[in-house]
Formats: sequence, structure tokens, C-alpha cells
Amino acid sequence: MKVNRRSFIKSAAASSAMATAASLFPGISFAGWKKLEEATGMISWQKAPCRFCGTGCGVLVGVSGDRAVAVKGDPNCSVNKGLCCVKGYHAVQALYGKDRLTKAKVRKNGKMVEVPVKEALDIIAAKMKETIDKHGKDSVAMYGSGQWTIPDGYVASKLFKGCLGTNNLEANARLCMASAVTGFLTSFGSDEPMGCYEDIEHADVMVTWGNNMAEMHPVLFSRMLASRKRRNDVTIIDFATRTTRTSQAADKSILFKPNADLAVANAICYEIIRNGWVNKSFVKKHTTFHKGKTNIGYGTEDHFKFKDKAESISFNDYKNFLKDYTPEKVEKISGVSARDIKYLASLYGDPTKKVTSFWCMGMNQHVRGTWINNLVYNIHLLTGKISTPGNSPFSLTGQPSACGTVREVGTLTHKLPYGVVMKKGARDKAEKIWDLPAGSIDPKPTYHTVEMFRALDRGDIRFMWIQVTNPMITMPNLNRYRDGALKDDRFIVVSDVYPTPTTDVADVILPAAMWVEQEGLYGNSERRTQHFDQILPPPGEAMSDTWQIIEVARRLGFKKQFPWSEEEHIGKIWEEYRRFHDSPKHNMAPYKVLKARSGVQWPFVDGKETRWRFNTKHDPACKKGTDFDFYGKKDGRAWIWARPYEPAAESPDQEYNFWLNTGRVIEHWHTGSMTRRVPALHQAMPEAYVEINPEDAMDLGVVNGEKVKIVSRRGSVTMIASINGRGVPPKGMVFVPFFDESYKINEVTLDAFCPISKQPDYKKCAVRLEKA
Amino acid sequence: MPVLSYIVIPSFGAKNDLLEDLNSRRYCEAFPADNEDILVLVTDTPDKKTDKELHTQLNNLPTLESLSMTFGCNDEQPMGEGDENEGQ
Repeated sequence: MKVNRRSFIKSAAASSAMATAASLFPGISFAGWKKLEEATGMISWQKAPCRFCGTGCGVLVGVSGDRAVAVKGDPNCSVNKGLCCVKGYHAVQALYGKDRLTKAKVRKNGKMVEVPVKEALDIIAAKMKETIDKHGKDSVAMYGSGQWTIPDGYVASKLFKGCLGTNNLEANARLCMASAVTGFLTSFGSDEPMGCYEDIEHADVMVTWGNNMAEMHPVLFSRMLASRKRRNDVTIIDFATRTTRTSQAADKSILFKPNADLAVANAICYEIIRNGWVNKSFVKKHTTFHKGKTNIGYGTEDHFKFKDKAESISFNDYKNFLKDYTPEKVEKISGVSARDIKYLASLYGDPTKKVTSFWCMGMNQHVRGTWINNLVYNIHLLTGKISTPGNSPFSLTGQPSACGTVREVGTLTHKLPYGVVMKKGARDKAEKIWDLPAGSIDPKPTYHTVEMFRALDRGDIRFMWIQVTNPMITMPNLNRYRDGALKDDRFIVVSDVYPTPTTDVADVILPAAMWVEQEGLYGNSERRTQHFDQILPPPGEAMSDTWQIIEVARRLGFKKQFPWSEEEHIGKIWEEYRRFHDSPKHNMAPYKVLKARSGVQWPFVDGKETRWRFNTKHDPACKKGTDFDFYGKKDGRAWIWARPYEPAAESPDQEYNFWLNTGRVIEHWHTGSMTRRVPALHQAMPEAYVEINPEDAMDLGVVNGEKVKIVSRRGSVTMIASINGRGVPPKGMVFVPFFDESYKINEVTLDAFCPISKQPDYKKCAVRLEKA
Repeated sequence: MPVLSYIVIPSFGAKNDLLEDLNSRRYCEAFPADNEDILVLVTDTPDKKTDKELHTQLNNLPTLESLSMTFGCNDEQPMGEGDENEGQ
């Protein structure tokens, strides 16, 4: 059968209508769609996870010949049960942009010229060797992504940490998930959520903490709305700094002042204790109390160092600490009324209600990101509402494999696939599995992401290989880091699928295979590993990121560590990687199981997935004889932290009198390099804008669509105003989405970060507005 | 050669009649939601004039309460060699 362009357009038209219907009527299904798709002549459907966020929706890719022609939700995937969002339904069109990179390019005499990919790989290997010989092993670096497949990240770690012996390996998940990791580790000693998406159907109350799920996790939000509609006794609270589509759909919207979520979380705990809502038995058996350092800084200076020091405290110490956070005191800090704080506390404190909290970038991109993660865990621990169906503190991810590749494989400077580089046992294990001499892995972490780009600017790093990410749009305080990358004696390699502002600074560009043009695995927000086959051939000389790294590793003399054939390498890599997690706490499913199913949750023990960790009824790693076992901590008890409110790194003042908040929109994925090439998505959201409160717009004399200049101490951007659009910030705040490379809002943002997680805060800096 | 898609809300109790009516019309392909009183309609007309006429006819149907466009593509280019090769 034949699929022509017209059939493809009709299929896209139908998909678009179904996506819109799904956003209006959660849970809607269209079995009759099959009739139309048969009429269009689509001949084979193959499973894959969607690549456009961390939810991990299963999709079926419709293929005719060598071309993907449609997408539909995978009904066998428990994540989305056949539903997709607008990005998912248009996912395959992102493969076919006119300017797709299909050939390698190398800068010669200042100009990028096409070369055979083998020549480009030779140049990369030679330049790495030359740089290491001249400047040492820590002068070369790799910067990857939560969109890396698990094999991509695994071979990158093996090459850089194992073979080259440098810990100069980071990924852009540092910019989105690092505070979630340090939050989990400090509270539980073990990374990643204890619950799963089924919590949505069990919960009586769902609170979104600074998380616009209606746009950022629309399929999960649809599940929330469907649960509310079906049960009629479900409450959704949106707790945020601006009014969004999530606020509009919630039962109640509560706005707080930037950074004051810390104070509100403490006030909720104060109220829980004051009202006698503490689950005393749970707290006594399963928790301990601690405090850490305060006034910990913001990391805005080069070579910033910070190490927290935990001290044990008693419940009474903790209770006394909370006296500074009465609802009345916190009302003044946060702008949230004491009444609303008490209402939130009553929802968490009601022993008859199951409560799930969701968050993502609002809590993670935060100068006290680790602390606010700790504080929300405190609420769930004090009430014992954790690790049981419907009771979950749930940190969502933004990228398809931020969990699978970055957190589980450990593609951050301090991490290994199992454990951290600082621990001899973890290094020994990696050296054994990787067949490397003892002592190959350096015990000292080097640079986290912001410091890595500072090191590039300073000249401590001379060579950087960037894959599947676009830092010349996403780095905060961007001007400094772009200038650094452009310095004469820096050598930048970029692997990507389309030209971007990052390929603009490259000395070598490698054309990359995208999504289902390669075999791979992702890991989503609920510990679900998702395998996908190579469904399509990559265009031209495009090659998977995994295979690019293997080719360079072999050229550097590490054939023994990278021996696999092109046909079998993904399966072999997976089985080697699984050896790092060979325990009931983290066992991963075998390759054959993953190939057959639409995702499998770890720990996978005796053929069974684990849906709720740390709960003895569900988690085989728990000690017998207890209800809960937080086994990441030696004594099996989770930590409740006394963490104070501290202000943002930069707050509005007389000169720069507005908060700047940045984020995403539903139509576009991150920097828009893929979704802006999908006509339907581009037309739906063609240009970035600045959301302004109507009163501020009136004061400024600006109406909808007029241009406004946003100025900070670091840079400025001029763009159109959006007043009473899909999002409305409170007076004194503006919001700008970062998907549009024509308006580089990160030239304005500040590179302050959480001193514990080193994750930058993209949600808070000071700007002023000028009518342009 | 416009291709458009719509979410169609039928008049009360008229979902099946409207579905039948739409699918019997030239240039129309409709399919129903299984669990809501909603239809999805895809129209594929040869030119703007025909599309406009069809739209007028649809809006006059007594079984149709509302019509909301969700997608529009007007590809006036004739099918080229590349299109013929696609998907083979």
C-alpha cells in the first residue's frame, strides 16, 4: 500500500483534532480512528516512548517504507493508555525538517565545510589526544543530556570516567533535575520517586508545587482531571507563582512570592504539629530529625565550593525551629494568607485523605532547590503519607531519560553507574566491569555544569563535545558562556539533528540519528525503563550518539572496552550496564523483557516490577518485619530536615523592579530546535513573548502585541507583550518562555544555583521593563 | 487543496445521525469518540471555493450544534515526484 503526502496531512489533521479533544475531555477515546488510518494505508505500527518530555508516554509509530507517517498513543503503555499530547501526536514530523543535518562539517579556515563522517571522527579523536597531551586529561570534557539514550550516556561515562580518567562529564539534567536528586539523597539516601503514576487514581488530593502540569505534563494532568471527574471527591490545588492553565483547571489556585515556598512548607509542618496531625507511630519508627548549614550562598562566583554538614536534632528542636513559621508570620513573607496556609495543612493533615504532591522545575530550578525538596518530603513524612498508593511526594522529570540516563547511569561529574567516584568500592566495581586497571577512575569530581562552562571560558577546559542539547540557548547568563566557547583556542564538537546556536559555535558538527532512527532505551519519571527498536534509517551519514562515541573511543585505543558489533551493541551494552544494579534495590529488567514490553519499572525482582518503593508490601528490597524500610539510610529511617527560608540570589530593587520567571509552553520542546520545525506546532506558537500583569502593562503604557525590552544586569531582550494570555503573572513579575532562539532570554538570567545540587535558578532574577 | 479537521459537537441525541450524514458527504471523513458526544471530522476539498461551500453546508445542518477547527493546511502545490515516491 502507498502513503502519499495527502494521506499524511489528513492523518496529522485527525491527530490534531483528537489531541485537542483529549485536552478538553480527559479520558476520551477514538476507536473509529482505526477506520480512517486504514484508509490512509499505514501499514505497520511499532512501539517507542515519546521523546518530548519525562512522562514517558508510549507511542506507536506508523511506518510506511522507510518513512514514519503517523503517531498514536500506545494502549498497552500504562503511562498514557493510548493518549498523547499535541507534541506526541506530531512527534514524527520533527524528523523531517528541511534543514536536517545529514553530513559532518568541519571548520576550515573559518568556514564550516562538509567532510565524510569518518574524517570528522578522525579529527575529533586526534584533537582530544592532542589536547590531553598538551593540557592534561581534565582539559577535555563531554556535555550530554537527559535526551541521551541510556546506551549513549553509558558509553560516554565508560570513555571519559573509565578510559580517559577524567570526571569532566556532565549532562543538561543538572539544569533540570539535580535538586531532585540531592533532595532524594539527603532525605532518603536513595534517588528517584518511591511512587508511580497510579498514585493519581488513588489520591484524594493532588497539590502541584510550582508545576504547570496542564502544559508541561499534559497527559498526567489529563489523568488527574479524569480521576476528579470520575470520583467527584478529588481536590486539585495549584500552588504557584503565576496563574496558568493548571491554575484555571484546579479547584483552588494559591499564589506565593518567589522563593517563599520554603516558608510555606515549614508553616504547613508547623500547623500539622500544632493540630496534632502528626502520624506519631510512623514518625517514631521511620524518621530521624536533622539540620544543616544555613546562609549557604548562591554560587555566582567562579570556583564556588560548598559542603553541607548534617547534625542530628530532636523532634522538640524541630518543633522549636518551626516557631518562626506560624501561618501569620509566613503570610508576610509569602503573600499567601494564613487561612490558605491552614487550608493546605488541613488537607495534608486529614488522616482520611490520600495526598500526592507533584513538582518539577519550580522546585528544582531554585537557589534552595535541595531544601524545598526536603521540606515537601517533611510534610509527607510527618503525616506518614508516603510510599503507599495515593500518598506520594512525586518529583517529575522534564526530559525523556533524565532519570534513565543521567541519574541511573550517572552522567554527572561525581557519579558512576553505581555509586559515586569518591567511594573506592564504586570505583573498584566500575573498573572491574569495564576491564580497566585499578586506579583508572579519578576519585575527585571536577566541574558541575555551570562551573564546566566557566572552566571553558577560563581555559581550564579546551575541548568540549556536546551531544543532544543546546547550551548556547539554555545556559543562564548566556553571554559569558557563548563568548567562552568562541575563544580561539577552544575546540567544540556538537552532535545534533538540526542547526542551532550551539552548532554555530562548533568546530566539528556530527549529524546525529534522532529518536527512532536508532535503537535505544529511556528511563522516565516513575522508574520505568523503555526500550525502542530502530524503526527508521537515519538520513545521510547521521549516526547514533552511542556509535559516534564508540568510533572515537576505538580511535583513541580503547577497542577492548568497546568491542561490540553495530548490530548487537545496544543489547550488549544494556546487559553490561545491568551488572551495576544487580541488587533488589535497583535491579533492572533483562533486555529481552524490555524489548517485549511497553516499559518496565525497577526494581525488577523475580519477574515483578516494584510500584511503591520502601513499602514492605510492594518492595522486595525492604527488611521483613517492618511496614516501611527507607533502606537508602543505614538505619532504614528517612530524614526530616530543619531548613529555613532564605531569599533568592537576586530580588527586585529600585533599579530592576520586576521578577523574571522563565519556562516552557505546551507546543514546544525545550529550545524548540525540533518542534519549531513541525509546521502545526510552529504555527500554533510561532514566537516567544513576555507575559505581563495587566496593571503593570497599563503602568508601562503597553498593550497586547507591543514590544517590550527586558533588561537585567547581564543583558537585554526585546519581545512582544502578552497580557491576559494563557499565563498571567502577578504584579511585579514577568514570564518568558525560552523555546525561541530569536529571543535568547538566558542572556538576561542569572547563573546562581543551589549550593548543594549546583542546579541553576531560572525562575528568579531581577529585571526592569522598557517600552520598546 | 485544503485539508482541515474539526471537533464537532452534535445536537442533543443526534450523534449517530450526524455521523452518518457527514460520512455520506463528499470530501468528509468523520469518526466518533467512544465515550463522549463528540465527533472528529476531516475535510479534504480540491480548492478554497469548494471548502467554503462545504463549510456553509455543514453549519446549516440541524444535527450539528458546533464546529471547531483544530487544524488547517492548504497545500496548493501539485503532487510532485517526491510525493509519489513517499511511502513506497
